[in-house]
Amino acid sequence: MTSQDNMSEEHLPEAHGAHGGELAVHGDAFADPGLPPHEHRRTDIDEHAAARAERQVAMWFLLSMVATIGFIASYVLFKPGPELKNTVYIFPLGHISKLNFSLGMTLGISLFAIGAGAVHWARTLMSDEEHIAERHPIEASPEVREQVFADFRQGAKESGFGRRKLIRNTMIGAMAMVPLSAVVLFRDLGPLPEKKLDSTEWAKGKRLVNMNTNEPMKASDITVGSLTFAKPEGVEESDEDFQEVIAKAAVMLVRMQPADIKDQTSAEWGYEGVLCYSKICTHVGCPISLYEQQTHHVLCPCHQSTFDLSDGGRVIFGPAGHPLPQLQISVNGDGYLEALGDFSKPVGPGFWERS
Amino acid sequence: MKKLSARRRHPLAALVVLLFALATTGGLYAAFAPAGNAQADSSQSLQIEQGKKLFAVGCSSCHALSGEGTKDGPTLVGVGSASVDFQVGTGRMPAQQPGAQIPAKKVIYTQDEINELAAYVASLGAGPSIPTSDQYAAGDVAKGGELFRTNCAQCHNFAGSGGALSEGKYAPSLDGVSAKHLYEAMLTGPQNMPSFPNSTLSTQNKQDIIAYVQHTTDPAKNPSFGGLTLGALGPVTEGLFGWIFALGALIGIAIWIAARTPKAKKS
Ligand code: FES
Repeated sequence: MTSQDNMSEEHLPEAHGAHGGELAVHGDAFADPGLPPHEHRRTDIDEHAAARAERQVAMWFLLSMVATIGFIASYVLFKPGPELKNTVYIFPLGHISKLNFSLGMTLGISLFAIGAGAVHWARTLMSDEEHIAERHPIEASPEVREQVFADFRQGAKESGFGRRKLIRNTMIGAMAMVPLSAVVLFRDLGPLPEKKLDSTEWAKGKRLVNMNTNEPMKASDITVGSLTFAKPEGVEESDEDFQEVIAKAAVMLVRMQPADIKDQTSAEWGYEGVLCYSKICTHVGCPISLYEQQTHHVLCPCHQSTFDLSDGGRVIFGPAGHPLPQLQISVNGDGYLEALGDFSKPVGPGFWERS
Repeated sequence: MKKLSARRRHPLAALVVLLFALATTGGLYAAFAPAGNAQADSSQSLQIEQGKKLFAVGCSSCHALSGEGTKDGPTLVGVGSASVDFQVGTGRMPAQQPGAQIPAKKVIYTQDEINELAAYVASLGAGPSIPTSDQYAAGDVAKGGELFRTNCAQCHNFAGSGGALSEGKYAPSLDGVSAKHLYEAMLTGPQNMPSFPNSTLSTQNKQDIIAYVQHTTDPAKNPSFGGLTLGALGPVTEGLFGWIFALGALIGIAIWIAARTPKAKKS
């Protein structure tokens, strides 16, 4: 019978009497209940149970050893490489490399078994007696504090810090100047973006080059309902700064029946229904080209912004804040599609100085 | 017999008879109707003639009698035979019901009948024609991978396992699609897929892409070394798996570590 079992109404007055208090004790519902009496586990009182638990823990550790040997064996036994003979079919994983599977499995088991053995050991055999450790105040004792302050004052006096002003001032000056080196170094991490975000590689007279064939295109190459990716003439994939350039200049070409184009300016910026749009989402700049040729919608896979290419790239769904920028194009004297200039607005996501 | 006549007036009797009659006529039709059309003649005009008849039965309710289209189905003038071969050959057409996207299903026409339908539709107006087998022969896998990532992966995913589009539309998985149908899909742009005509994606490019798709979707050629691809759909399935199974296992272990050890019963 624990003390709780005695807590029925008729026992209460006696309990108060024992504390010698009156009504005040009745309100003390938050009194520290202390620890419940310790109860023994089976393994604490039964030698057989303890021996069994010991064997179980040892089994885990043995399993870990076996798995480690298995790891080394599989490393020697199985070959890496993409050939089918190096794979094995395992439900539900499918075809999987023998090497990867056995290495992962054995290493996983050998680590897990150590952990599991340790936990089982702690739960069954290590002492589970509760111990109470009282907290100490954080503050040091007054004597210690007094001693520390005295030492400090004496040190300050002996160093002459307050008296030798020249040393003090030059030292402060030296310390203040050290961070200047860091300023110079950090300055070198790169110039500010300046106007780089405002412009791309496109310029008047630059022909549109097909990303697949690396050839300039005629308007007749672009059929209604098709989708083509283009880069500015003169930009080669082997260029050192290709990624930097194409990150802003990537465009997609689509063609629709001129009657389907709802936005008049957009139609004029195209050529006989061929429209050229930036491929960079105006939300946070994912490349977008999930084009649906019947609805003329372009979907961004990152956060589902949807742009209507038949309506000037208007945002019809999602978090994007600007319509998709359109590149003004025409054909040159030889019939090749060319840009009539750079984008009229910065491509990609909004930024601090963007107007 | 007595039993049968006794149930004659059962409330469900009429329904049973009706279903039986429907099944019989349907079965008879299925048994005989295609047989009549199967004797395709190689001669062009006869093929068109046969195709026209098939069209009138199977397609005209949406695409109108001479293929000019209705509000339920687009015009087929100028779509060409490649488009017909893809749409009917993958079972997308005839459509079961209108919707955001017409799914692929069981093919109900024989290849001969499809050729007849295609010949008829091609006769309505010039368009891309069914490619010959050397046109869709597999090309260079590595180059195809590059082209696939530029042109196709945005919708069909890097492993060709497809993905979602807007408003219920989706890019289907490319696993198991035949080389001919891959070629035709690129050429004609079925449904909401944009087309990639030979003027912007050459025949050679298409062959490279076919080689890549066939390589990458074939577990015998491209086994998943890590195993358990979860559909190769990327963070959606992987995240779901991680949250449910990996986190679940960790929670289970944490509960085991912290659980109170059973106490011995005091006697
Ligand atoms: S980056 Fe396109 S919607 Fe977020």
